[in-house]
Amino acid sequence: MDTQFSGNDELPLEAEKIQQLERTFSGLEPFQLQWVSGYAAGLAVSSSHLAAAEQSSAPVLKILYGSQTGNGEAVVKWLESQARDQGCQVVSSNLADYKSAGLKQERLLAFVVSTHGEGDPPDDAELFHEFLLSVKAPQLTELQYSVLALGDSSYINFCKTGREIDSRLAELGGERLLPMVECDYDYKEKSRLWGDSVIAKLPDQSESTSKVSHLRAIVPSQEYDRQRPYTAEILVNQKITGVESSKDVRHIELSLQDAGLRYEPGDSLAVVTENPPRLVRQILSELAIAKEALVSVKEERMPIVDALAAKLEITALSPDVVQAWCGHSDSAALRELLGDDPEAHALLAEYLTTHQLIDMLRLNPAIVDAQVFVDGLRSLHPRLYSIASSHAANPDEVHLAVAAVRYKAYGSDHWGAASTHLTDRLGEGDRVSVYVEPNTRFRLPSDNDVGIIMICAGTGVAPFRAFVEDRVERRASGKNWLFFGDRNFSSDFLYQLEWQRCLKRGQLDRLDLAFSRDQPNKIYVQDRIRQQGEELYSWITGGAHIYVCGDASQMAAAVDEALVEVLSKYGGETNMQSLERLKEMRRTRRFQRDVY
Amino acid sequence: MNKILSDVEHIKEKSRHLRGSLLESLANSTTGALAEDDTQLSKFHGIYQQDNRDIRSERKRQRLEPAYTFMIRARVPGGLCTARQWLNMDRVATRYANGTIRLTTRQAFQLHGVIKSKLKLSIAEINQEMMDTLAACGDVNRNVMAPTLGNVSSVHRAVQADAVALSAHLTPATRAYHEIWLDGEKLEPSESEPIYGDTYLPRKFKAAFVIPPQNDVDVFAQDLGFIAIVVGGELIGYNVCVGGGMGMSHGNPNTYPRLGELLGFCSTNDVLAIAEAVVTTQRDFGDRSDRKHARLKYTIDDRGIDWFRSQVMDRSSCTLESARPYVLSGNGDVYGWQQDDSEKWHYLLFVENGRIVDAGDRQLMSGLRAIAQHHAGVFVLTPNQNVAICNIKGADKPAIESLLQNYGIENSIHATPLRLHSMACVAFPTCGLAMAESERYLPSLIDSIDTVLANTGLGDEAITIRMTGCPNGCARPFIAEIGLVGKGPGRYNLYLGAGFSGERLGCLYRENIDEEEILAALKPLFEQYAQERNDTERFGDFLVRADVVRDITKGREFHAADVTGKVSG
Repeated sequence: MDTQFSGNDELPLEAEKIQQLERTFSGLEPFQLQWVSGYAAGLAVSSSHLAAAEQSSAPVLKILYGSQTGNGEAVVKWLESQARDQGCQVVSSNLADYKSAGLKQERLLAFVVSTHGEGDPPDDAELFHEFLLSVKAPQLTELQYSVLALGDSSYINFCKTGREIDSRLAELGGERLLPMVECDYDYKEKSRLWGDSVIAKLPDQSESTSKVSHLRAIVPSQEYDRQRPYTAEILVNQKITGVESSKDVRHIELSLQDAGLRYEPGDSLAVVTENPPRLVRQILSELAIAKEALVSVKEERMPIVDALAAKLEITALSPDVVQAWCGHSDSAALRELLGDDPEAHALLAEYLTTHQLIDMLRLNPAIVDAQVFVDGLRSLHPRLYSIASSHAANPDEVHLAVAAVRYKAYGSDHWGAASTHLTDRLGEGDRVSVYVEPNTRFRLPSDNDVGIIMICAGTGVAPFRAFVEDRVERRASGKNWLFFGDRNFSSDFLYQLEWQRCLKRGQLDRLDLAFSRDQPNKIYVQDRIRQQGEELYSWITGGAHIYVCGDASQMAAAVDEALVEVLSKYGGETNMQSLERLKEMRRTRRFQRDVY
Repeated sequence: MNKILSDVEHIKEKSRHLRGSLLESLANSTTGALAEDDTQLSKFHGIYQQDNRDIRSERKRQRLEPAYTFMIRARVPGGLCTARQWLNMDRVATRYANGTIRLTTRQAFQLHGVIKSKLKLSIAEINQEMMDTLAACGDVNRNVMAPTLGNVSSVHRAVQADAVALSAHLTPATRAYHEIWLDGEKLEPSESEPIYGDTYLPRKFKAAFVIPPQNDVDVFAQDLGFIAIVVGGELIGYNVCVGGGMGMSHGNPNTYPRLGELLGFCSTNDVLAIAEAVVTTQRDFGDRSDRKHARLKYTIDDRGIDWFRSQVMDRSSCTLESARPYVLSGNGDVYGWQQDDSEKWHYLLFVENGRIVDAGDRQLMSGLRAIAQHHAGVFVLTPNQNVAICNIKGADKPAIESLLQNYGIENSIHATPLRLHSMACVAFPTCGLAMAESERYLPSLIDSIDTVLANTGLGDEAITIRMTGCPNGCARPFIAEIGLVGKGPGRYNLYLGAGFSGERLGCLYRENIDEEEILAALKPLFEQYAQERNDTERFGDFLVRADVVRDITKGREFHAADVTGKVSG
């Protein structure tokens, strides 16, 4: 086993530290080393908790609130100041800003929540309420809590939301610090009595919580790959484009519970896909092949319908597939594409992007034997999606942003294989096979003080969501600047609420948006780059790294061009010099791209 | 009184006369919303931030902010609007808003669905035709109302002129509006607010003029009302009434609708001085700690009408004589053709719930556009959300008649007496306060109630019915014979027994009921009314005489212990 740290000039540790580590680890057995690696990962994950725990050992009371009128917030403010006066550690958060994923770590919670209309939760509490009452809610056996329910007794479902939260928390194993208190219009007095009782019931301030309890048990990292993918449960499959959008983009959350699967910001997730069943039927009917016809694929015998569904590529075309079909169909049109001259190459390239297999079969009919047809196809590859989450921020989950590919062409419906597999055919609770495809060419700067400029369009925003989450988790002090482009502000601003929250919290320093279809003249990210040229140049000279993610054919080239312009305009260089400078930045990995 | 000021007071105070950070909010492209504080200030500029509540929770799941749009309210003193102004509003609505116009219950225009990036264009273009949106909302004097047919006689014209003068007198002096929307020069340091002061009023303030016997403006629902006293065809002065207002909150017995009460009689010369004194008294003594207790009606109830009268007389140096007799007959509109003393014609057109829209065969938006293009006269927006086409010469009348016919918008086609006396506020999907549907629901509820009325032989009876999606009362439901106030989705409080002319409040008859229960509650009352009423007795008057509901004229009696009334039989 090679334990030497060498050959990598991007190590985050000084040589001295590395020597210390080497001394410490020498002589350890492999299983011991594995444990140590898990221990270190655990330290990294829970460093933020540790920092809090070291400051004080008193239990922290967290007050979560949601109310429509602001009455709830007033109660919370009062309770917070009372608790503080009593020397309690206390924090409060509007439920709208609360990350439900953190619920299972909570030990001490006070809820102030109103009910409005016919028993509905207030807007701010809506998503939390939905999460808590869903199957996704975790066991809460270490939680102590109390609920103050606000309501209006002239409604039938008085204090319903508070009651639901109170009973659900108990059902999940939580212990009531104090029975729920329900308030009507007279909430002021009752809420104060409740607050005083909560404070009185708080665990002894001198009792210390163990630092060690914050360490997560670490399962040694396991290897998953194409041969042995991990079968992940789909937790969330949520459309995140608005109702008027021309696109269907999904935010997908997969569970990694206990998988030991790890990923870095910038990595991709390979999704083992299956083909659209309707497309399989169309192809078989087009070729008049019975779905039961047996074929061999890689020495495995199976009905052709299964082979087409899960083993073979039947959406995207490639030159060898065109070549094979050209042989079967003896099509002059296809033969023209397969010439050896540059003109034919260009035509073929064009053909491959504008046609799917079904189009080629229909436009160039032929009668073939099932096995012959299958032999002319490629095997089905997993599809790669840039991961949209930071592992540090979401230890049990991996998130994706997937645009469903569906369109009509040549008179029939077309689908993207993996995107529609994820978006249309799999729902929450279903499972999908995945593994991580590392992308070391798309990494955050190891120096947390360095600024980053992130440029993307559409679902190219995915890795940047992971970047920002990760930088927050690391408490990186470097500035973050995002350029995002899409079609319409109102319906295509992917993760809008999250970006707004990041801006509010100072986790994102700048956000520049380009919505191409909101005005008669189209505006793209490259236009925003030019507009912000001066500021951008000062970030670049200040050492910021630049990242581009998204469409390769259109956006990436236009962004390169705009960057060259900015460098030359504000750096006083010729375009050639700036181009060289940008190339140099790519060589030194200060300019990284993930384009497709 | 050493109370803590409400948050909005702090926002006003540090706003530098309503500027706040509105310019920065407009420039922020990452959100379709304004900064939170600015949403309070924008109201003073006639702009309400709203969102499409039909898709609010769907968008939250989509990790998208609410679908923010803005409502723009244009001030139209006395509802008087030229044909050019009408066409301009039509153009702005089509270009930047949702393609419809809404006539409000205060004779103003409302446009809905304007996105932030189109706000400035919309407001600038509205101002191009000498109409503005300043003080259409906010803690200031709102659009001043005047009787609908403000041009039909010399008295009407005089009252209309007084309304316009009062509106001008109480317009905020700040230049913020011109700076922000009209690229006006920045004059900030030198300006002052002589009437309002730096924090404006504690709450909204509403004023109206009325000419008896028609109480179309609902003068007793106003903070300040002027009731014209006409002797021998001459306007000799006004009875002043103060302290009316509709808004209340469900479940908060300290809030209630209140009818204005008479303060005394003043001469026409004293209108501005009296109004200013009323405003400054409220400015200085209104409750700035609790916005639910900040309207003038609470100031007067807390301190007494006599105290208030002496404040007004001291501040204005005017004498208020004892009120003169007058008689009011109804608070609806008088529909159809009327001829005035100068032989000009006026047509009062029914607009259901004030919504100008092309819907099926009834092409109100296109029809009124065509009429405005043809007719260079005047339009008057009515307090009942209708529009009057005014000053038509006899020779032009046939042309207007045929336009009304061609676009399918004449009154007779559409409406029963109940519908003609109906009003609904906007509510869902845009109003942030709505708890239940209103504009989208009332028309179909009226269909059902009309069936019951027809079966009871009351199909030709005019009964006022008004619905609001919340208890703030934009459509003045507490002074309708049948008042429906939203409590939750599909559920309403039913108020009955208000006076037909707006001089008595309704009484809570059933709480939190759905359509089936509404119809079941009304049916036996209609039957009883049909059988037992006196000759011309109104539905509301009958219910009080028959002891079905209490007789309520004082706001403080609105929430009495026997709140659901005594059901006879």
